[in-house]
Amino acid sequence: MSTLSLDLQLLNTLAALFLLLAFAMLAQRRVVGLVDLLALQGTLLCAATLLLAWRTGERHLYFSAVLTLALKVAFLPWLLHRLIRRLGVYWDSEPLINIPSTMLLGLLIVIFSFGLAQPIAALASTATRNGIGIAVAVVLLSFLTMITRRKAMSQVIGFLSMENGLFFGAMSATYGMPMIVELGVALDVLVAMLVLGVFFFQIREQFDSLDLHHLESLREDT
Amino acid sequence: MSATAWLTQFLEVLAALAAAPLFVGWVTQCRAWLQNKSAPSLLQPYRTIRKLFHKDAVLAEHASPLFRFAPYVVFGAMVCMTAIIPSMGTGLPFSGAADAIALVGLLATARVFMALAAMDVGTAFGSLGARREMMVGFLAEPALLMVIFVAALISSSTALPAITDSLATQPRGLYPSLAFTAVAFLLVLLAENARIPVDNPATHLELTMIHEAMLLEYSARHLALMEWASALKLFNYACIGFALFVPWGLATGAAPDPVALLTALPLLAVKLAVAGAGLAVIETVSAKLRVFRAPEFLAAAFMLAVLGLLVHLLLGA
Amino acid sequence: MELLGLLAIPLGGAVFLWLFGARRWAPEANVLFSLATFLAACALTNRVIDEGNLSAAREQFFIDPFNVFLVTLTAFVALTTSLFSRPYMRIERQHGRVRPRQLRLYHSMYQLFIVAMLVALTSNNMGIMWVAMEAATLSTVLLVTLYRTPASLEAGWKYFILCSVGIAQALFGTVLLYFAAEKVLGAEGMTALLWTHLNGVKAQLEPAVLGLAFVFLLIGYGTKAGLAPLHNWLPDAHAEGPTPISAVLSGLLLNVAIYAVVRCKVLVEGSLQSQLPSQMLMGFGLLSVVLAALFLWRQRDVKRLFAYSSIEHMGIITFAFGMGGPVANFAALLHMTVHSLTKSAIFFAVGHAAQKAGSQVMDEIRGLITLSPTVGWGLMLGSLAILGLPPFGVFASEFLVLTTAMREQPWATPILLVALGVAFAAIFGRVQPMVFGETAARRLPHPPALLPVFAHLALVLLLGLFIPPYLADWYRRAADLIAGL
Repeated sequence: MSTLSLDLQLLNTLAALFLLLAFAMLAQRRVVGLVDLLALQGTLLCAATLLLAWRTGERHLYFSAVLTLALKVAFLPWLLHRLIRRLGVYWDSEPLINIPSTMLLGLLIVIFSFGLAQPIAALASTATRNGIGIAVAVVLLSFLTMITRRKAMSQVIGFLSMENGLFFGAMSATYGMPMIVELGVALDVLVAMLVLGVFFFQIREQFDSLDLHHLESLREDT
Repeated sequence: MSATAWLTQFLEVLAALAAAPLFVGWVTQCRAWLQNKSAPSLLQPYRTIRKLFHKDAVLAEHASPLFRFAPYVVFGAMVCMTAIIPSMGTGLPFSGAADAIALVGLLATARVFMALAAMDVGTAFGSLGARREMMVGFLAEPALLMVIFVAALISSSTALPAITDSLATQPRGLYPSLAFTAVAFLLVLLAENARIPVDNPATHLELTMIHEAMLLEYSARHLALMEWASALKLFNYACIGFALFVPWGLATGAAPDPVALLTALPLLAVKLAVAGAGLAVIETVSAKLRVFRAPEFLAAAFMLAVLGLLVHLLLGA
Repeated sequence: MELLGLLAIPLGGAVFLWLFGARRWAPEANVLFSLATFLAACALTNRVIDEGNLSAAREQFFIDPFNVFLVTLTAFVALTTSLFSRPYMRIERQHGRVRPRQLRLYHSMYQLFIVAMLVALTSNNMGIMWVAMEAATLSTVLLVTLYRTPASLEAGWKYFILCSVGIAQALFGTVLLYFAAEKVLGAEGMTALLWTHLNGVKAQLEPAVLGLAFVFLLIGYGTKAGLAPLHNWLPDAHAEGPTPISAVLSGLLLNVAIYAVVRCKVLVEGSLQSQLPSQMLMGFGLLSVVLAALFLWRQRDVKRLFAYSSIEHMGIITFAFGMGGPVANFAALLHMTVHSLTKSAIFFAVGHAAQKAGSQVMDEIRGLITLSPTVGWGLMLGSLAILGLPPFGVFASEFLVLTTAMREQPWATPILLVALGVAFAAIFGRVQPMVFGETAARRLPHPPALLPVFAHLALVLLLGLFIPPYLADWYRRAADLIAGL
């Protein structure tokens, strides 16, 4: 093993914890727990961005970190908690495949993502290029979380986790996107959550539940 | 092999045999402190074992010879394990046999014989305990192997003394792969030694027991050996944990320094004390899992170990 | 200046209608805003014709022949749809299917949708294009669920989730693109995401990264364009929303998505120097055509029928862009235009027909020609137009596509022909009883205002018979641009 500087070690640790959180989301049954894990992911992202900003001296990364803090650590979890309280969805039903199998599938996905990201990481010039593999893994794991859930709220949280993974990927590969693009993406995520909030109420009003099997009735011959 | 090496080897086995029941007593004492109860004395496990040795063994009518010599096999396997785990020094004469996979093999031998003996008499509890033990074991073994593989990858050898040597000489720093593996190892330790949250060592309720169910038919010297073997197993696991994750203070090298040996012994005692207290804290804070959730617990351990492996491969840390 | 007007007017309209959208005159205000947007688009087009490619706001926006005609088309169809929406939504309000408060949402989101599409079309920054595409999806999700029926909620949910997940893939593709671009262009001055700069250095971009990026971008934007097998959300979303929304979704948003795909394809082709992007586009295009043609047979809802027809035509367009070369690109651009116009015209007619019959199920709509000749003829002519009958414009573009295919990709021609034939039979077989069937209902007292339908159909007819020289020149320049000449 090489002796890396402390900030790089910290970044590696944060990346590893980020991956661990994605797995924890796969295994988590409580919706409130999912939101807390999401908030924790946001905190990790913010910490990693700050570290990277300190290490590289790029000023836009500081703004990015503040934006992440405001949106992904403070506002979105607050909004989701509020929605959970008002909609009363505290628990998810059993996932489609049982949890040990999901985790094994998740491990396969991680191996696949690391393999997929190898050529890209080889070309990158950033110090955090190994994080690209972790970012792709988190994106695919969040996708798996979305697929194996039955409640609408859990799917949305999986989607937000996917966005976190993409953000981490952008950060590892290119030290973040241009500021205007990041602002735009943040705005989109914000608006998406607001739209979803309204949407959930509409669904609940109609079906009295946020279980998604109510939303599977449109077929080809209707 | 130098004389000090032989001395280290001998001391290790002796210390394990002598201190294992004390370790169990210490964990019970800490639990009692945390739960505001008064515990039996620290030497109670010794007294129990001595009492059991003085009793007459009672065997079921149709118990086979397997039932009679299973405790000896189990005990022997555990003693073998103490010989090859580097708890005080790494220059052991038995280093040649001290492959980590052999270690897991010894654990598996003990487990198989315990389970067979439990099923031998044909009682319901015995079969129940054996089934559950095999379920836990079947999942715990890959997790333990993964943990050892990660350590082996980092140190390019599967011999436990060699792993310990190389890990002891690593530069200090944050190694996320080792952190993940440590947590995985802890989970496996809890599962394999029948601790809360997987099994309650003090319970005799059908709904919840795994390990105790297998020992129900034993009495006198057989039971004494089995209890001692369980204590040794916990001791061994703790020493494996120290060898992998807290490898400092050992008498390293093929010809260890006698002074280093002198300091290794008290250091081991301190490590065990801290580990015992930590174990007690974990047991007090966790609630016992329902039996069918045990596979999830162990799947989490396996997954953490594999994650540690993958993180090491990817990040090089 | 015109660009500023083009973008600011609908944005201002969105804000204005958010405040006043429930008033009685809100639909007229909507029409006015759309008209102003259209005039701005015409002015912009004029300027581009005079001055050539335009760049604005420190190169964040870029207008060239490819997107300027799409901009005008978008503004035009938005205008006619707002004209159609005026009486249509009034009748919906009378029937009680929507409440006044929802109309506020409807009108403001309509304008917001238009501005999002225009930003996506005119942006030079690939990241901003992504943001605008996502914004376009978000602004229409609540519109699809406007009626709050179980089916519309399901449609809206599928739309939201599938499109958002898809577009997240496109974001990853954009990140990869930025990653490749940063090496060549550097991270200073934000030039690494500008399409014009990327186009200039595309041969130097790392092929492995761009290939991977293209896969993600195609999956992402392809989901939004309704390419099979990612098209699941399209029939539901287009069928369950109000008809004006179906018209703009089918007619405009799909075009913008294809535009995004083609912009990416130009870059990737320049970098990879291989046939991979073209082959992927052709594959997805053919798959969409075949799947759509097959699924057309099972449809019982009239809007779903035409939604699948949209998938089919998007498949043809994608296939044509995949073939590449000036002629195929020209055909694809022409097809984008005529499909937009025809499909929205059909949706207008269908919307009125369904409104009259009170249901979208095709078996319950009969004898439109006796009930209301304008609706009947509109639907009939529109269907014939979309099926590619001469002398309508769709025939011209499909003919060009087929002849190019016969020359360059002969294996695909029978597949295309069969699929087109199957689609023809399916749609014609369904529309004929709807228009000419027996019905006992009485004729309507007043004819519905269906000027937009016939205006569109007239344009399509015109384009089929004679393409004005400046328009043809436009298409040709855009086609050359896309072919990399």
